[in-house]
Amino acid sequence: MTRLATALPLLAALLAPMPVLAADPDPADWDTVLQHARGQTVYWHAWGGSTATNDFIAWIGDQVAEQGVTLEHVKLADTADAVTRVLNERQAGQNDDSAVDMIWINGPNFAAMKEADLLFGPFAENLPNWQFVDVAGKTVQSDFTVPTEGYESPWAMAQVVYMYDSADMDPQPSAEAILKWAQANPGRFTYPQPPDFLGATFLKQTLIELTDNSDTLSKAADDADYAAVTAPLWEYLDALTPVLWRSGSAYPATGPAQLQLLADNEIDLAISFSPGEASTAIANNQLPDTVRTFVLENGTLGNASYVAIPYNSGSKAGAMVVANTLLSPAAQARAQDPAVLGYGTVLDMEALSEPDRAAFEALDLGIATLSPAELGVALPEPHPSWMTRITEDWTRRYGSGK
Amino acid sequence: MRALARHISALGALRAGFQWSPSGLGLVPALTLLAMLGPVCAGLLCTFLPAFGILPAAGLSTPSLDPIAALLDWPGLGAALRLSLTTGLLATALSLAIVTLTLAGWHGSGPFRMLERLLSPLLSVPHAATAFGFAFLIAPSGWLSRLASPLTGWDRPPDLLIVQDPWGLTLTAGLVVKEVPFLLLMALAALGQVDTRRRIRVAQALGYNRIAAWLKTVFPAVYSQIRLPVYVVLAYSMSVVDVAMILGPSTPPTLSVQIVRWMSDPDLAQRLTAAAAALLQGALVLGALGLWRCGESVVARLGCIWISKGNRGASDPVLRPVGLALGLLTAFVVLAGIAVLAVWSLAGFWAFPDALPQSFDLRSWSRHLPGIVSATGTTVLIAVLATLLALALVLGCLEAEYRSGHSLTRRGLWLIYLPLLVPQTAFLPGLQTLLLSLGADRTLWAVVLAHLVFVLPYVFLSLGDPWRAWDRRNGTVAAALGASEWGVLWRVRLPMLLRPILTTAAVAVAVSVGQYLPTLLVGGGRVPTLTTEAVALASGGDRRAIGVYGVAQTLAVLGPFILALAVPAVVWRNRRGLHV
Repeated sequence: MTRLATALPLLAALLAPMPVLAADPDPADWDTVLQHARGQTVYWHAWGGSTATNDFIAWIGDQVAEQGVTLEHVKLADTADAVTRVLNERQAGQNDDSAVDMIWINGPNFAAMKEADLLFGPFAENLPNWQFVDVAGKTVQSDFTVPTEGYESPWAMAQVVYMYDSADMDPQPSAEAILKWAQANPGRFTYPQPPDFLGATFLKQTLIELTDNSDTLSKAADDADYAAVTAPLWEYLDALTPVLWRSGSAYPATGPAQLQLLADNEIDLAISFSPGEASTAIANNQLPDTVRTFVLENGTLGNASYVAIPYNSGSKAGAMVVANTLLSPAAQARAQDPAVLGYGTVLDMEALSEPDRAAFEALDLGIATLSPAELGVALPEPHPSWMTRITEDWTRRYGSGK
Repeated sequence: MRALARHISALGALRAGFQWSPSGLGLVPALTLLAMLGPVCAGLLCTFLPAFGILPAAGLSTPSLDPIAALLDWPGLGAALRLSLTTGLLATALSLAIVTLTLAGWHGSGPFRMLERLLSPLLSVPHAATAFGFAFLIAPSGWLSRLASPLTGWDRPPDLLIVQDPWGLTLTAGLVVKEVPFLLLMALAALGQVDTRRRIRVAQALGYNRIAAWLKTVFPAVYSQIRLPVYVVLAYSMSVVDVAMILGPSTPPTLSVQIVRWMSDPDLAQRLTAAAAALLQGALVLGALGLWRCGESVVARLGCIWISKGNRGASDPVLRPVGLALGLLTAFVVLAGIAVLAVWSLAGFWAFPDALPQSFDLRSWSRHLPGIVSATGTTVLIAVLATLLALALVLGCLEAEYRSGHSLTRRGLWLIYLPLLVPQTAFLPGLQTLLLSLGADRTLWAVVLAHLVFVLPYVFLSLGDPWRAWDRRNGTVAAALGASEWGVLWRVRLPMLLRPILTTAAVAVAVSVGQYLPTLLVGGGRVPTLTTEAVALASGGDRRAIGVYGVAQTLAVLGPFILALAVPAVVWRNRRGLHV
């Protein structure tokens, strides 16, 4: 009987022409999703620049293999590559078997794909493990102010922290203090070159610090406000750039490249979007054990990392199984372990069973990781249009030669 | 059609092609040309149209100049153009100068033979790995600075802009160390066809110094033979992406790097800008080639005056050591670079200014091993398929040329070099769009065919000379003993040419393994090779991971070279005449 049940979809697919093949699995009917997923290969396009993340994704691959799903990590140098890919496919009429089955995504890339109807869904809130997600306490239903509406599923929380070498400097309370310190210690601070994600994050973090009007930032940037709101940022950067590493004529390309500069003692201060990154890097011999982290007194930016499924994926069921596995307490506890990844969990501790909660409590967060209380409240991301505009502006001002 | 026919005749097989020989051999040259130039032409066309606002797939069909306006509006354009031009010209001129000086002063001597033996390993270190190794050697926190720290007293690296300098000098130097071995190899092949020893002997008998003798009597003959490889170096240096991403400046980057950035922007309008920039890149390379050509005639004019003046040259005591030092320095940089990558792949924590890591372990290797094994499988499969296809096509062409008696013309040679002269960034984006709309991309075969475009020219160049140098009388003897044309090929010629064929295969594998952009764009990320994985990891900057992949890449290329040396030695252990 069970054999017949598994054979039925296949039989139906063979008998009926296109419609059945093309029909998307219904996320609400999880058993059918599991059946469909069996034997599917999911190509997860995710940034491949971090060894720790790559290892974690490989581990997720082992977990979903038990459910008959093969996970292939397509290591991207830039998430936008996957977005472009799906866009191209739609233009070329490739509507049912994308090269991309799942994307690690958030912010402007998500906003762009959602607006262009390039995403499958809603599916996220139908995943069985959604019941554990901390909907009330964490921003997991809006991504850079854009409502997710179930078109992407969260899997990690991130918050801006500053990594510093405690052998060379003390924590700084504000952006102004960082500028003063940098002027007293020229050449010891830099940030990844925007439009790199982390570099853009530094710009946003500084903008939020310097502007009085955070309400404006939650709405789309319009021309009237833009110049006035960003003026303090450019003033700040004009003062900061000459005292940056290499006097601001070169920047590290990415976050990990910046991490390497910290390890080489080329700089003393670096921004990070993962409170546990420093501890993980120390555990992996990538940073000296004198590195610690701090947050600014007025708080720092926080957001969630998500996975989304393109509308034309041929393995949507398989991708949902992967998204669900990412939300499982076991995977979340593993991701939070600084020896593995050091990413914040998206789960609500209260919703977990006793043994699952114990697994989280048993984690040693590492010497450089702040406690949740020390991290404080995460500030909301500005509307994606701000990020797009300030990175463009940055490139014009500082990234195109003088 | 007439153009195609002209091309076929250029390969010297027109007659064979039309005679429809029963073997079908006559079709091979046409097929080869199609495999080599078809993708380039189709790609260029598909780049040309979007540059003028036409991208039917996106519903854009009205020609417009907006993409070009957008390109001109980019504030970094001037700097990016200047950067591409200066790094390209400077890297080519320096590489040529070093090769010339080394050959002039030392060709045939003991130290030179040592350099010659290093050539295969030097050539087998992939560009990206070389660039990483180089960057870590010379950065203010790099190996040299660490080694010097006991003298300088540095406990933190000096804030000096060395890597990523805005003038592209580090990028130029990185290109030079990689292009010198290539040009040296090409020049050595050319030297075999010029009667070097007697030219030098005559000149020295007339009292010329060694370097002056070489420059005045050998260089003109050699240069006319390596002119096309020099052009390849120029075109490559101007349009390289991976090396420029690692060593070049980023505020702004070179035009090629910016094209790749625009190509990967989610905003479709940027694709059109990328296409416009790709056209400009093509024009820039064309312009630089023209400039170089003008430079050639100026140098030739001046050279003639210098030769006719008849001074015997007295600068040998200075120039000879300089030549050898520069030649060895480039070799040292490549080898030290790969050594430092190997050290990083085994490193525990390694702080500045320690000369060596605090501890060594195999953690990086064990964590990357599964990825390396699967990427190596794909890499080898693609390389072997591309190599076999290329060998079959080229051997077919050469055999057709041999039987028809038409040899390759100069125009034909240009055609072979064409895929290497057209910047990759100018035609690969178009090729990707084309394959995508045909639904033929991201398959293994599409990647193999894309690699074939770049593998074929090298196979042609590497196999052509030994093939033509084969003593025809062997074939005559075999035919007199009753062997058919095919019998001669299979039982006499191919076995006798085993060594050059295997060496060519090793070169072909090296070329295929090193391909980054074609694999990435045509494979759509679904065909991960060692090189695409390495460059993706490189974007993260984890030196241990880069070290592991750099070493793996080098081994993947070095392996075939070792086989190419070992197999003939084993197979011909009892044929003294076939030992080289």
